[in-house]
Amino acid sequence: MDQELRRIIATDCGSTTTKAILIEYVDGEFRQTVRGEAPTTVEAPLNDVTRGVINAVTEMQELARIKYNNPDILLTDGDKLIIPREGDKGADAYVSTSSAGGGLQMMVTGVVAKMTGESAERAALGAGAIVMDLIASNDKRPNYTKIERIRQLRPDMILMAGGVDGGTTKHVAEMAELVGAANPRPRLGSSYKLPIIYAGNVDAREIIKETLGEKVGLIITDNLRPSLESENLGPARDKIHDIFLEHVMQQAPGYNKLMKWTVGPINGKLENISIMPTPAAVGNIMQTIARRNDIEVLGVDIGGATTDVFSVFTPEHIFNRTVSANLGMSYSISNVLATAGIKDIIRWVPFPIDESELLNMIKNKMIRPTTIPQKLEELVLEQAIAKEALRYAFIQHKEFAVALKGAQRQRGIDEAFSQSTSGDTVVNMMTLDLLVGSGGVLSHAPRRHQGVMMMIDAFLPEGITRLAVDSIFMMPHLGVLAEISEKAATEVFDKDCIIYLGSCVAPVGKCKPGKIALSVEIKLPDGTLFQEDIPFGEVRLLPCPLGQKAKAILKPKSGLDIGEGKNQEITAELHGGVVGIVLDTRGRQPFVIPEDSEERVKVLKKWMRELKAYPESILN
Amino acid sequence: MAQAYSAGLTVTESITLRKERILPLKGQVLVKKGDKVKAQDLVAQTLLPGKVVPFNLSNKLGVPADQVKNYVRVTEGNDIKKGDVIAQTKGIFGLFKNTVKSPITGEIENISKITGQMLLREPRIPVQIKAFIDGIIVDIIPEEGVVIENRSAYVQGIFGIGGETYGKIKILVKNPQDTINKDDIDESCKGMICVCGALVDYDTIKKAQQVGVSALITGGIDDNDLKKLLGYNIGVAITGHEDIGISIICTEGFGNIKMAENTFNLLKKFEGKDASCHGKTQIRAGVMRPEIIVSLDFKEDELSVEAPKSSTLEIGGRIRIIRQPNFGEIGKITALPEELTMVESETLVRILEAQLDNGEKIVIPRANVEVIEE
Repeated sequence: MDQELRRIIATDCGSTTTKAILIEYVDGEFRQTVRGEAPTTVEAPLNDVTRGVINAVTEMQELARIKYNNPDILLTDGDKLIIPREGDKGADAYVSTSSAGGGLQMMVTGVVAKMTGESAERAALGAGAIVMDLIASNDKRPNYTKIERIRQLRPDMILMAGGVDGGTTKHVAEMAELVGAANPRPRLGSSYKLPIIYAGNVDAREIIKETLGEKVGLIITDNLRPSLESENLGPARDKIHDIFLEHVMQQAPGYNKLMKWTVGPINGKLENISIMPTPAAVGNIMQTIARRNDIEVLGVDIGGATTDVFSVFTPEHIFNRTVSANLGMSYSISNVLATAGIKDIIRWVPFPIDESELLNMIKNKMIRPTTIPQKLEELVLEQAIAKEALRYAFIQHKEFAVALKGAQRQRGIDEAFSQSTSGDTVVNMMTLDLLVGSGGVLSHAPRRHQGVMMMIDAFLPEGITRLAVDSIFMMPHLGVLAEISEKAATEVFDKDCIIYLGSCVAPVGKCKPGKIALSVEIKLPDGTLFQEDIPFGEVRLLPCPLGQKAKAILKPKSGLDIGEGKNQEITAELHGGVVGIVLDTRGRQPFVIPEDSEERVKVLKKWMRELKAYPESILN
Repeated sequence: MAQAYSAGLTVTESITLRKERILPLKGQVLVKKGDKVKAQDLVAQTLLPGKVVPFNLSNKLGVPADQVKNYVRVTEGNDIKKGDVIAQTKGIFGLFKNTVKSPITGEIENISKITGQMLLREPRIPVQIKAFIDGIIVDIIPEEGVVIENRSAYVQGIFGIGGETYGKIKILVKNPQDTINKDDIDESCKGMICVCGALVDYDTIKKAQQVGVSALITGGIDDNDLKKLLGYNIGVAITGHEDIGISIICTEGFGNIKMAENTFNLLKKFEGKDASCHGKTQIRAGVMRPEIIVSLDFKEDELSVEAPKSSTLEIGGRIRIIRQPNFGEIGKITALPEELTMVESETLVRILEAQLDNGEKIVIPRANVEVIEE
């Protein structure tokens, strides 16, 4: 089938912007060649998502004509995309992801919040949804509050879990009664019954049918937590996808049309290719990276409305995804302020700023989400806000990405005295191999150095960690493209999508400022030897080009640890990248920024200057 | 590229307006197609279901869930008053009966034989929908609501708080860049929609609340004042439900920002006229912006809803700048270069060149302007 593909249009209809990329088969390989973008048009007066798609593709078409100096290239006839292709006119396939209109919004229910409730939440998140609320029998809210909440929320669908197979059915029945009493209605359109997926105790199926069958669009699937020790999220996730396409997408403005546009050649015939929720597509790609390279990966996608964090940890490659529904850089920017507080944002700003001016700037960005910072100061402020958005999204991810709670574990004698229990986070920054950033503020940062700075400051990687960004935010596109051509998706991913920024070396622990934290001896690819006893509280940036490695002997001092224990030396190969190797001795657990504002501005300027994050004009 | 899409707010002296007025739940439509209605006339009403009160009957009676039905004295759908007996055990030899009384007035929603739980529902809550604009009913959506059309002078704001309200338009400033203080609000402002220039501060809003002003229309508002007024920080822009006795509509944004001339002049032209307005704002998922509407006299054959069009950037077109620097300034597009250009923040963007009304020539990202429809 790949031979039939020469030119593919892929779009991601985000809540703010519709991003289009063109993938072409050039000199024996698939490459991403041109991109275009336009505001998403799911709102009045246009109320039609395809308008934004046409606008983005039209921009791409004009740029392609300039790039190839060929005025005959045509991708759209003004009203629709041209598929299939004939010569320069049209494309062979069109695929799309979508999170416009707020994405897929779900509510989940379970019996025990930390067990079946959490499993249901994992299934919904893994399918690309935003979980508006988790309602459980034991969540301490009185029943009438739960009913009111269910009625108010108006989700796109509800996933009900509860009970292991063979267990008690009473609590599941009670939850069904609450849902029934609330008589919830779907968010979009009133012409259909709210879809409810039941994926709980098999013995309660008849009771659920009796209680809810008449009132809602009931779909029954396998129990997602058949026993305490196991999860079976696949069937529930598949049902969520089906309903997303059948009901939710049908209701969003223009999606009926868009769903017919997404086609590609399968076995010589043009077939429909399902639109995928954006986060599900990004999750696909993240898991592929981890599997292919057998590494632990942490990825983040910071959007206008939400921030998604994906992780693949432990040798078993446990995948987790969280959505921080109200942390983002445009629609939700004001909520970052509400969550983090003005002080925690200002602590990243290397110049004095009037608080009220900053507050108004944040609100103006919220009400005009598509504007971009023209002034350097505003860019610095937006990146300060981004660090806090990322930091909070990561905190939420760590709390969620845990081992199954309630499962019995066999323990060895060495574990008998440790604090480790089921429910511990599986996120371990010391063993993490790769940190990937995506989303406008990271992918479109004017300097790649700024991406490095934001990711290090927000995630505080420990030991040795490789850093990368999605070059122009195309992971969603590639996630859905993989559905029709894994070859095209992986080739573009390797060559055009991911940009390795370099590596971060950060010992864990703290010591007094000025004391030696890390002794390094690094042989750079050009043969130069970098040696330094780096004091605590410093940052160094060494050039090490993309595709090359440096040989390093790293000796943590003063009780710090780089992965092998306190003061234990390690020898390692450090990957280079477009930015280079960052040696960060500012400490971890804790990482501290001076409280005193004069001292804070001084160290921020020092760190930012060393990282080449901003022009000197703003650091003087 | 000679033109590009750019979203803008609508400010127009005459437009055919089409408003759907829909009940939150099915109910009764009070008007018929062809009826002429005034803004404050009722067009539909319904009863919202009351609050559900779960009641664990099995526990109260001290019997297993599956036996509850044997002792219940009511059936689903029965109306009940607070204190009515809803269940009673037989006791021993007629003594030691366990009696359960209803904790609320309302109706019996459901009695579960599986959980032994009874769901009681409080009385229904009436909801009424007004026309909001003077106009003609052009369509009825059975049991749900109506569609009203008229010709209106129409101003869309960028952000607001507070629900639907009505009043005559009163201009409190001479120029759109002027600001007012609390002393400018007096009894003559009661029930009015007051236009306040570039900024209203906290004290002025409080005074307006006291006096009973219907709404304040302003270029900008300070975020600190808004937080003080509401008692919380608005995290995500979904507003309109604030119950503060006044609606506030910002036409430009946050901070002290001169109200756009055409907005100000339009409101000034209709000073003394009856208007409807609301502060409802929703930035994502079904965008909603605040509106100020002055219903005009019209003949039915004048009603034709213009097809929605996308605003485009064109050389010679008028624009408004919506981000620093030059936030709020108006200018004319002089060039639309195709190449990506680096701006001060080192961001590579598509830009446009423009001349501001004060003569200054600027280069600005296309994303930071709004088209002014003329």
